[in-house]
Amino acid sequence: MVSRTSAIRIGLVFPDLLGTYGDRGNALVLEQRCIRRGIDAEIVDIAAGTALPDSLDVYLLGGGEDDAQVMASAGLRASRAAIDRALGNGAVILAVCAGFQLLGGSYEARDGEVLDGLGLCDLDTRAGDARCIGELIVSPDASLGLPTLTGFENHGGRTRLGSGVSPLGTVEVGHGNGSGNGAGNSAGNSAGDEGLAVDGILATRVVGTYLHGPVLPRNPALADLLLGWVLGEDALTSLEDPVIDALRRERLHEARKTGLSAKRRDWDLARG
Amino acid sequence: MSTVSDVSPGSANGSSLSARVRIALAAGRAAGWASRVAGRGAGTQISGRVMLALAPKILEIVGAGRRNVLVSATNGKTTTTRLMAEALRSIGAEVASNRTGANMPAGIAAALGRSPETRLAILEVDERWVPYVVDQVPTELLVLGNLSRDQLDRFGEVRSIAKKWRAVCEANPSIPVVANASDPNIAWAVAPAHNITWVALGAPWRQDAATCPSCSALLDWSVDSYSCPECQFSQPDAAYRLDGDGLITPFERIELQLALPGAWNKMNAALALTAVAAHFDISPQQAADGMSDLEMVSGRFSTHRLADGRDAKVLLAKNPAGWTEVLRWLAASDTSVVLAVNAHLADGRDPSWLYDVPYELLAGRDVAASGERALDVAVRLSYGGVDHIIDRDPLSAAVSLPGDVAIIASYTQFTHLTRKSW
Repeated sequence: MVSRTSAIRIGLVFPDLLGTYGDRGNALVLEQRCIRRGIDAEIVDIAAGTALPDSLDVYLLGGGEDDAQVMASAGLRASRAAIDRALGNGAVILAVCAGFQLLGGSYEARDGEVLDGLGLCDLDTRAGDARCIGELIVSPDASLGLPTLTGFENHGGRTRLGSGVSPLGTVEVGHGNGSGNGAGNSAGNSAGDEGLAVDGILATRVVGTYLHGPVLPRNPALADLLLGWVLGEDALTSLEDPVIDALRRERLHEARKTGLSAKRRDWDLARG
Repeated sequence: MSTVSDVSPGSANGSSLSARVRIALAAGRAAGWASRVAGRGAGTQISGRVMLALAPKILEIVGAGRRNVLVSATNGKTTTTRLMAEALRSIGAEVASNRTGANMPAGIAAALGRSPETRLAILEVDERWVPYVVDQVPTELLVLGNLSRDQLDRFGEVRSIAKKWRAVCEANPSIPVVANASDPNIAWAVAPAHNITWVALGAPWRQDAATCPSCSALLDWSVDSYSCPECQFSQPDAAYRLDGDGLITPFERIELQLALPGAWNKMNAALALTAVAAHFDISPQQAADGMSDLEMVSGRFSTHRLADGRDAKVLLAKNPAGWTEVLRWLAASDTSVVLAVNAHLADGRDPSWLYDVPYELLAGRDVAASGERALDVAVRLSYGGVDHIIDRDPLSAAVSLPGDVAIIASYTQFTHLTRKSW
């Protein structure tokens, strides 16, 4: 990989619409992990109502409320050509929660209306009966070589992936996509996987997920994976941070404790 | 407008309560006493729960025959309630109020149960419970301050609360409202009411008001007030307006001289003063004088004696809008800061809001990451370039920091630190 002369440009897409769950934190983590390695980086706020530039290295789409999601969707669809050009140039997309839903072909608004998404990925979201709220643990796709992912989810949507589309990983604790379809979990998987809980989507230089918290402060390896896609893996020296390690251990431990008690309750109920 | 003589004591429902309600009130008080003796807090929540269990209609019964003023907001509702009560008491009115901040039906019933003879009630109401309380008690006035993101895992979206409030105003358009014109969610929610007194408090936090509550288009905030380019919705003209340290009324400017610190308390006081002056027959100056001596509200702005003899200030900040105000207040000094954050149900179980707050402004100070979620705070501060120590116990963290210390606490940390001072 040829070393870059220009700064990494991290686009925070419509932070006033898609920033409900501290999503700016994801931009901050990417920027700071570059700077700690001596790599120039800058955060570019893309205000709602303006067109997306096609020149950025990373595009971050965060969580948003219903009305805000509708407006964000309109803005993204208007900039679809720029997004395609950026992806063609090697840009990376991280989309969380409402932003993840907007990657798909359609999603359902609160009033039951089904609205168009960006149509970038083969996935669709419908409203569920209850909101999925709580700690979420995801075992990422083995091909990524990432440690377990930790985050917090808070969404009413159930997202179904199209066949041939891979999730980011399987759910250990929590709900994730919540559709119960593990179809597309790996190439050639069978209908026998139906019911396997998965989270998010993994495509070429695109990650979608219901993990927030925000997701990157809790999962620095995922941040570095995204940066590696931009810069080339060799460009990233390792960064030690014992406090982040301790935070991860604490969150995983707490989530497994509550996840276990939820499972035990379900099991007790099933036994009558 | 009501007159002060209407708020004299002695005409509530004390004599007409059924035996069942009397028993429920007595049992609730006993449970509250037991809880206080056991050191579990002010005892109002358990007391109210016991009452509701014994007599489910108790709020309707203890609220009947009273003049109930309901105060709600994401931030400032406890202080606004207290300031209104102080202003009314200063002119001799007897006021019932849930002054410990227990603002759900149980806590409200407990507060009213403690003052069966008091006719006028100034009641703080949790945002989600406003529709229920309006349903249960005769409501003379609604005082509504602001809506912003807070405990999203529990409360849901900001706009869903605005929609609930709007339904209340649609169903009860004759209830007078005092409302903050500067908050689009509030202005839209109360619009169906027939009698609205607007006060413009300013909008330092706008991140939950990017879109038009009416048609979802992007609001235009370019002239320091908002308007929708797509529909008719825009900031209402306000007869009352916070201007620096003063409240502009239709007749005069009243200086808000408060013992309470911070710009956010000027906003609380301006809302309280507008409500009291516009709705009750009290001169604004007299009402402002009645508020000026209040130094502490349910432990807010109290001090805590540290092991080394220093006094630490204790402030509550439970969401990004509240933190934004606290950071503005901190900017005036070089105080050391302890960030004490928990993530229990009452704090919000999801502390992702830490990344909505510009903690970068704390760089250069002595700072401690504290509370049960000290590690989340520490990682946030590290990415923000703020050097800090980590100590889960906020009091020992405070002792480790030099000079004046302020402990900024999330809700359960705050109640733990301050309950002895209530």
